[in-house]
Amino acid sequence: MHELALARSLIEMVDEYALKNGGRRVRRINCRLGELSAMTRALYFCFESTSKGSRCEGAELVIEEVPLSVFCHTCDAVKTPSGRFNFRCPDCGFPTPKVVTGREMQLTSIELETVNEDAARKHLSADYSAQQTPCQ
Amino acid sequence: MCSVCGCGQTNDGHHIHDHKHHDHAHDHSHHDHHYGADSAGLSVAGFSQEHLIEIEQDILSKNDDYAEANRRWLADHCQLALNLVSSPGAGKTTLLVETLNRLARARPLGVIEGDQATTNDADRIRETGVPAIQINTGRGCHLDAHMVGHAFSDLALQDGGIVFIENVGNLVCPAAFDLGEAFKVVILSVTEGDDKPLKYPDMFAAADVMILSKIDLLPHVDFDADKAVERALRINPDLQVIRISARDGTGIQVWCDWIEHQVKQTHDHRAAPISPDNLTQSGQL
Ligand SMILES: Nc1nc2c(ncn2[C@@H]2O[C@H](COP(=O)(O)OP(=O)(O)O)[C@@H](O)[C@H]2O)c(=O)[nH]1
Ligand SMILES: [Mg+2]
Ligand SMILES: [Zn+2]
Ligand SMILES: [Zn+2]
Repeated sequence: MHELALARSLIEMVDEYALKNGGRRVRRINCRLGELSAMTRALYFCFESTSKGSRCEGAELVIEEVPLSVFCHTCDAVKTPSGRFNFRCPDCGFPTPKVVTGREMQLTSIELETVNEDAARKHLSADYSAQQTPCQ
Repeated sequence: MCSVCGCGQTNDGHHIHDHKHHDHAHDHSHHDHHYGADSAGLSVAGFSQEHLIEIEQDILSKNDDYAEANRRWLADHCQLALNLVSSPGAGKTTLLVETLNRLARARPLGVIEGDQATTNDADRIRETGVPAIQINTGRGCHLDAHMVGHAFSDLALQDGGIVFIENVGNLVCPAAFDLGEAFKVVILSVTEGDDKPLKYPDMFAAADVMILSKIDLLPHVDFDADKAVERALRINPDLQVIRISARDGTGIQVWCDWIEHQVKQTHDHRAAPISPDNLTQSGQL
């Protein structure tokens, strides 16, 4: 379950931002994941269980998947490679190891609950980072 | 001491590192933890009422910061670090033992062993006389730059050395977690599938060198070496491939020569910007 490492980094980061902004709960998390990281489905899958007890619990996770694109030196242009497992230019056939997009793993923005919404949840745990279990 | 977090871990040299890297017990001075103690649901005067916070930050940026610090530390100490990654049992430790026995001992050598539980691999390394630090990651499936940064300083190698890092057996996370190493070396054994590069493209794309290991077993297994290499090169045309058998010694010298070449590059790199005198000095190392 290696996507856990990514999910935990993400949640830890969001939790810290939420903390800096008054410790409110997170309503929505927007990220951008490259096609090459192949983590999108896996991240959705383990987000719910990993976020338990954090300020992200119950938040909506929105992932924008960024398609793979590479730079072809021969054509001097950005191209979509002929296959995810075939890093060659679709037009000239030249190898294109330079990935332009597709390796992203970014947190783009978060949306917090309002202070009032949040006040209704006083039972919220104080510090998520104290409760994490190691990666499996 | 960790230069990024400044957590001042001790240098007792041989302790087993069981840093719980995700729940840093020590207080990191660079993190804003002002709301930490009394945060739950309390509104703190003066903070923004905005609901949307723009962030635009890499999810692994914390690790990347540690990796950059490691890279600077390694450059300052003129050390070459290699990060060895593979599936479990591909032959990393065996290859390391053979490599250490062959490399010139005039040069400081050290090993950082990542494993989920045991110290077996570090023990195997220490038998060669080379110092090793074991990092047990518990259920963690990869080394991260923070743990490794401590291990670099705990190893306390003299300047000009080579540090080998044996990562936890896994082809997923180690691709994403930069440790600050100069090169990632992926080891693929012929007892695995020759389609591994296609199944784990990110790892093969991130690696600089691929070692095809256990090639003495090729006659006995259903593994097409040329096909495996071709598939890896399709993902990463810059990948250098070395075919090796730690059992009969095939290819080990090629691998050691490659390492020696990289060490020289590291030294030249460092000597160049300082003064021409240093160039002759580094030549004698
Ligand atoms: N036949 C053969 N077996 C090997 C070779 N290298 C390693 N092995 C065996 O593969 C197994 C796993 O090796 P090890 O170095 O512990 O793998 P690691 O988990 O990647 O560190 C051990 O039983 C080794 O003896 C090799 O070149 N040829
Ligand atoms: Mg091993
Ligand atoms: Zn992992
Ligand atoms: Zn082209």
